Amino acid sequence: MEVIRNVTCPICGTLCDDLEVTVDKNVVVDVKNACAVSEAKFLNFANPAHRNLKPLIRKNGALEEASMEEAVKKSAQILADSSYPILYGWSCTSCEAIRVGIELAEEVGGVIDNTSTVCHGPSILSIQNVGIPTCTLGQIRHRADLIVYWASDPYSAHPRHIERYTAFSEGRFQESEWEHYVARLRGILGKKRFNRASERVLMREVSVPPISGQKLPPEFETRRRKLIVVDVRKTRSAELADFFVQVEPNKDFELLQALRLLVRDDELEVDEVAGVPIGLLEDVADALVGCSFGVFFFGVGLTMSSGKLQNIDAAIALTKDLNYRTKFVIMPMRGHFNVAGANIVSTWQTGFPFAVDFSQGFPRYNPGETSVVDILSRNEADAGLVIASDPVSNFPRNAVQNLVKNPLIAIDPVVSPTTMMADVVFPCAFVGIEDEGTAYRMDRVPLPMKKVAEPPRGCLSDKEILQEILREVKRIKRKESES
Amino acid sequence: MPKIRVTLLSGRTIDQGTSKEYGKLSKEYRENVAVCEIDPDDLKELGLRDNSNVKVSTQYGSVVVVAKDSKRAPHPKIVYMPYGLWVNLIVEPETHGTGMPSFKGIPAEIEPALKEKVLTLPQLLKQTFGKDP
Amino acid sequence: MDGLLIRNGFVYDPLNNVDGEKMDIAIYGGKIVEKVENAETVDASGMVVMPGGVDLHSHIAGAKVNSGRLLRPEDHYKDVEPKTARTRSGVGYSIPSTFTTGYRYSRMGWTTVMDPAMPPLKAKHTHEEFNDTPMIDKGAYPLLGSNWFVLEHLRAKEYEECAAYVAWIMNATKGYAIKLVNPGGIEAWGFGRNVRDIDDPVPNFDITPREIVRGLCKANQLLNMPHTIHVHANNLGKPGNYVTTLETMKCVEDLAREDKPVIHITHCQFSAFAGDDWHTLRSASEEISKYMNSHSHATLDLGQVIFTNTTTMTADGPFEFILYQITGNKWVNNDVEAETGSGIVPFHYKRKSYVHATQWTIGLELALQIKDPWKVFMTTDHPNAGPFEAYPKIIAWLMSKKAREEVLKKISKRARRRALLPAIDREYTLTEVAVATRAGQAKSLGLRDKGHLGVGADADVAVYDLNPEETDLAKHPRQIRRAFKNAAYTIKGGEIVVRKGEIVKQVMGRTYWANVKAPPSLLEIEPELRKVFEEYYTIKYENYLVPEKYCPNSVAVPVEARF
Repeated sequence: MEVIRNVTCPICGTLCDDLEVTVDKNVVVDVKNACAVSEAKFLNFANPAHRNLKPLIRKNGALEEASMEEAVKKSAQILADSSYPILYGWSCTSCEAIRVGIELAEEVGGVIDNTSTVCHGPSILSIQNVGIPTCTLGQIRHRADLIVYWASDPYSAHPRHIERYTAFSEGRFQESEWEHYVARLRGILGKKRFNRASERVLMREVSVPPISGQKLPPEFETRRRKLIVVDVRKTRSAELADFFVQVEPNKDFELLQALRLLVRDDELEVDEVAGVPIGLLEDVADALVGCSFGVFFFGVGLTMSSGKLQNIDAAIALTKDLNYRTKFVIMPMRGHFNVAGANIVSTWQTGFPFAVDFSQGFPRYNPGETSVVDILSRNEADAGLVIASDPVSNFPRNAVQNLVKNPLIAIDPVVSPTTMMADVVFPCAFVGIEDEGTAYRMDRVPLPMKKVAEPPRGCLSDKEILQEILREVKRIKRKESES
Repeated sequence: MPKIRVTLLSGRTIDQGTSKEYGKLSKEYRENVAVCEIDPDDLKELGLRDNSNVKVSTQYGSVVVVAKDSKRAPHPKIVYMPYGLWVNLIVEPETHGTGMPSFKGIPAEIEPALKEKVLTLPQLLKQTFGKDP
Repeated sequence: MDGLLIRNGFVYDPLNNVDGEKMDIAIYGGKIVEKVENAETVDASGMVVMPGGVDLHSHIAGAKVNSGRLLRPEDHYKDVEPKTARTRSGVGYSIPSTFTTGYRYSRMGWTTVMDPAMPPLKAKHTHEEFNDTPMIDKGAYPLLGSNWFVLEHLRAKEYEECAAYVAWIMNATKGYAIKLVNPGGIEAWGFGRNVRDIDDPVPNFDITPREIVRGLCKANQLLNMPHTIHVHANNLGKPGNYVTTLETMKCVEDLAREDKPVIHITHCQFSAFAGDDWHTLRSASEEISKYMNSHSHATLDLGQVIFTNTTTMTADGPFEFILYQITGNKWVNNDVEAETGSGIVPFHYKRKSYVHATQWTIGLELALQIKDPWKVFMTTDHPNAGPFEAYPKIIAWLMSKKAREEVLKKISKRARRRALLPAIDREYTLTEVAVATRAGQAKSLGLRDKGHLGVGADADVAVYDLNPEETDLAKHPRQIRRAFKNAAYTIKGGEIVVRKGEIVKQVMGRTYWANVKAPPSLLEIEPELRKVFEEYYTIKYENYLVPEKYCPNSVAVPVEARF
């Protein structure tokens, strides 16, 4: 039995690196410091019921077992024969694998795109328009006295974010507000109910109404850490906040622009914006300007609703405006554990963060044209390779239709709708559990992913599979040019 | 038959994330993902109880899922579905030149579907894409 | 590896006092040797042979460079490199992608480039990018001027503990030299503030920039590091800042020993402003040059401005915020916990702008007024003052008054009137160019096998199609530009990698880092460091370290500390 410390979790962009994994004869028996999702992964990843264990090739309409060699040959042939293949996914694998993937995309003249295209792609477009004042998460832990989660529900998607980096973390210049929150909860629930609930971390089982209303509570006059959540509905994160602002769906842009005006000391001649009364908005603007270090964390609520990248433009512009008055930063809450890494590797090798088109022999970037959902919607791709992702589940239906009717290669440790619809399936090792590599946190700090267990026999790493396919593609092309 | 107009949002939930780790073909996954969270008042308006089957439709398609009383209420006429194949059958594919489809804020309609079944993933795949999973 | 013989060229090897002699250079096993038999021959008749270019300050890899690449897709569209049988595709312009960076340096005959600003927390990122930057040898300088451990040790006057920590950083992050940017100022920027001069204490830390510069200078000496401390002075970009620059150089004067440099002021152009505001701005090149000519403990590099649309990027967050306020351009800021920060703002230097034109004259004035070429190195602080691809232009300006006049004719009249440059006649010789672009830089870096062509040196050689016997180069600046733009040959590690400006072979280059061996008594800092580490950082001690596998081709330069 072995306890492996300082393990980096391979789930979300919070990229906690303090996990302690206990392994007994290649089985993970315990994991400490992990959130519920992480624990579920570490304790279930090896379950053969949902793993791909053998390479598969579709023959006569059904997937059949095949050898690795056959699968590599078939995939390489598919890619070499295609005129405009897409290579998609990348956010749940290592940077080392992504580097090979880009070389493969360049070799076959295809389009390489990662999950940002349906997640924070618009945020990236916005950053390319206006820039972004940001920082690493430790700056927030040390300095932030005002934290705003906007259209982001860390409770659901980044469970340990608040305790590791924001309201409930300890910093050099700011303290954790955990005690304060606990005291408030005790006040609301009454001692008896509180004691029963207090065993659970962050009171997950207990729901209390969030604090909202027409005015900010007195905490906002103090220098302590204060947490505001802005969302269209009362999420669990809203319950943890010192104040919750409910905004009408598809109206974040208006709300952000209203705040920009107020922060610049302009006046608004309306009673409410996006469902938020003006008096409250003015209070919020005062809090934003009056803090000594503030941060906006924003989620895909902004990128996916009406306005898309323009919502982010407004949020970043508000942050830039606030820098004239105080210190303020903003950060997108990246979803998958290495989506930031996919953007980073793509940018250093090609100059562009996603939706990179190599069909003309050099990198081209034009989201809306070269982004995968659009390519599929227009039925322009004639083959696909998907790695570490499940677009059949996560793309709109008509895009998926075009993906599955063309030859599709899938590289995934688990059985998913994408692997079930693929024509070639490669089993592989989980990065961060069965394979090591490098990943980048949401604030773009690089962290090492560890190997804590051996993958099932026959499961290579993503990097090795891609290298095999690339080698075979080069061989096919050499042969073609010789003949 | 009662039908109400709502705004549909899709997104992550902790149960969707956790049950994913049991495998997407698992019962847990389907029970946590082929659902929609609806305001109790809206559910009442439809004449339904918690855990009833409903059909959610947009201009792009429709899907049958299990309606759950939302613990995040009140959010009248807002319905939340976890990420997954079920909701992606009906989201807006249009990216408006940004590459990003609209996964949140989609106009939708909900009606009871007590006689219809929630399809499993393999059934849904076969029905929608005509390929054998 | 086979031998190579470069025959009959005009060799400029200042470190070995070779000044344009016609001679052969023999190469074997990746090194310069006395002689070689049965070797492939490169006919360098009528051409100039120099050591491969050495660039001690160019932002080519790592966190903020990559953020800069991300920020400027509009820059990339105009400048693409298609894939070839031997090379990967990529993009330019002011911040090329990694493969393109390596190819473009190599095409100009450069063989060693140092990235001057590596945030230790993100060191793995720098090394990952280095591994995708072919053709050149590389190294990076960890940013230490606002580092919490450094500030605390120095406040307590614990110079040896500070040195031990610096040694630990070099080994842990595979860094090469100590870098300071706006010392103390970036910590102040953590709360949106800055420091006003070298005696203005850093908020919450009760230490001044002067103490930080002196303290790290002492640490540098205790460790016997190959390079001096590398300093981006406080108040960069502010009219009147030359005073701060002089103060910074003066504050370590007493630490100098044996006439050897103890401080390097980088991109000095940005720190050589006189005047009170943008209207009264003028060049302080005279003041700085006067100091440099009467002292030998300091070196500097130019940061020469190019009139183009480029991208500024520096760890100096507060300076970049000011640039954002002035230009209204898109602005990226990224503060790094417990350590440093960065800012990025696109910037267009315009000929007709009085301020930009004045800046353009400052760099050249420094180069031409400082008499000893071993003190002044050519850079553009790529991409801040301009892209490195403009180096051939700068060489032409240094060598040819005519080339300078071509530009002077077109710049802001007011700037031309007030500048010293039109009155300066000096023209760099090829030897001086070799010092400013390779020999001097290698010497300053302490890279013993680089920047020269003596026996034992690395076989990194550039052959340029320039004939100093036939042509009066000063009168033909276009030939100078053409020659340096596309080297006739670039030889890297004894292999021909470029012919007539085309990449003929891709090689990967190596990463140089300072492997500092501190005395055992000082390695005791490690347990204390581990204890405090998690209070300061949001990652674990073990995960901060950069293991060897991130530097697959590395040269661990042994450094013996002397306490």
